[in-house]
Amino acid sequence: MIEREEVRHVARLARLQLSEEEIDRMAVELAGVLEHIATIATLDLDAVEPTSHVVAVENALREDEPQPSLSRERALESAPSVADDGFAVPSPQA
Amino acid sequence: MNDILALSAAGAAKAIAAGELDGGELFELYRERAAADRLNAFVWVADGPPPPSDGPLRGVPLAVKDLFCTEGVPSQSGSRILEGYRPPYSATVVERLTAAGAPLLGKTNQDEFAMGSSTENSGFGPVLNPWDRTRVPGGSSGGSAAAVAARLTPWALGTDTGGSIRQPAALCGIVGLKPTYGAVSRYGMIAFASSLDQAGPLTRDVTDAALLYGRMVGARDPRDSTSLDFPEPIVLPARTELAGVRIGVPVELAGEGIEPGVLAAFEATLELARSLGASVEQCALPHAPHALAAYYVLAPAEASSNLARFDGVRYGYRASGAGELTEMYTRTRHDGFGAEVKRRIMLGTYALSSGYYDAFYGRAQRVRTKIAEDFAAAFARFDFVATPTAPGVAFELGAKTADPLAMYLNDFCTVPMSLAGIPAISIPCGLAEPPGGGPALPVGFQLAGSAFSENALLGAAFALEQAIAFDGSTPYEA
Repeated sequence: MIEREEVRHVARLARLQLSEEEIDRMAVELAGVLEHIATIATLDLDAVEPTSHVVAVENALREDEPQPSLSRERALESAPSVADDGFAVPSPQA
Repeated sequence: MNDILALSAAGAAKAIAAGELDGGELFELYRERAAADRLNAFVWVADGPPPPSDGPLRGVPLAVKDLFCTEGVPSQSGSRILEGYRPPYSATVVERLTAAGAPLLGKTNQDEFAMGSSTENSGFGPVLNPWDRTRVPGGSSGGSAAAVAARLTPWALGTDTGGSIRQPAALCGIVGLKPTYGAVSRYGMIAFASSLDQAGPLTRDVTDAALLYGRMVGARDPRDSTSLDFPEPIVLPARTELAGVRIGVPVELAGEGIEPGVLAAFEATLELARSLGASVEQCALPHAPHALAAYYVLAPAEASSNLARFDGVRYGYRASGAGELTEMYTRTRHDGFGAEVKRRIMLGTYALSSGYYDAFYGRAQRVRTKIAEDFAAAFARFDFVATPTAPGVAFELGAKTADPLAMYLNDFCTVPMSLAGIPAISIPCGLAEPPGGGPALPVGFQLAGSAFSENALLGAAFALEQAIAFDGSTPYEA
């Protein structure tokens, strides 16, 4: 079981508003999945290197030269709100 | 007309090239079928003829999973948070296939952000299985799989993160290939779990899979830093025997938890492989039973990071009336994401949060190493590993929506290959009655090989396919 306060904390980290009912449900569902996940705690993995990526690719960099990219107009055309040639958002006050 | 619908994609390409079939008529035939779709397989269908095209796939219509960006065409990844989003560019793989001559027929329905195994998590309603419309088509590429099986398209593009091409291919009685990680560019795919996501073909037969896949791979894409040069061209398979081929059957993935009917069809296929000259022996993947647990740490963790971009600022839905910025973010994400996506964002954020990182994410990455080592050991003795693709046949709509873990278990046999980054193909191998009784439904046979073994994998799958002679016609009527 996960405490409701912990669910609230994780939701804040994820910038996700949850209703009281969603918090209750999430506490139960996450606990169930975490219980299954906990089976990997039984394995002896101390000497094992972690794998973040299955294929070895090193420094896949291109030359640092300007390339064509989206125009400002194209980049803004799907935005919910635009002002002064930029993305408009509510003020981050409070 | 039925003769034309019966043509495989390769058959249609050949007929068009020979001047025996008109590409425009073929497109219109499929366009009308897709537009009249009764499976909810399509979320968008072309409203007219495509621009003229040339190339080896000339005139053969292609359905594309919603999560591939297609310039000027809705690309929503099954999510209300992207409703109506029309990207300013196309995914590299879509560009390659368009350049090879395949016109875009439509965009197919999927689980939201590819999170699911039944396509019931779509923000645009569930997809129905053409074999039995009370059942799911599998997922997350359920729209692509159902559309191919019902002949609403000659072939389709899907993506596979933990089984999302192979499992719906199995449940719909078609072929699905998950490539070697890095073989296909991920540029322009709306990301779920970046270290696992791969695009692949969903087709009626193995030849079509090879034909489409051959145009998806090639030189690495400079716009995807994880993409790789494919070491050789993909050839159309022609193998009719399996002499000298060594197949390993992992005890961990081909026994417990598999429906008896599925197991029977699987074992009958192993018998066929023997009769074609293959040797079939047990092998061990000792860490495979832990793959699902590792996957449900790694994939949600990567997803929680990837989905941070959906914040109501640059594209998609924004909640109205928010007084300040954080409230706009949190309400937009509350309203825009569905239940399963929220669950995985929460799970991933939890696993990455301070104090839990080593216990969850760090351990899961180490399990991933052990699973890759298990496969490497198996491939020292065997050419391929074979398992049932999914533990069961298509289940009824709603049967597993209340229990996330029961849904996740659908990926039990497919997730290990995803974690190891190796290629795997699912081919239909017969029919089995569902556990509760009823008409028999398709069963998938999964064959996995080492990295970049796609040509060998397609060859062996082709030989098996000829011997199985599966009849893929569904009861679906337009």
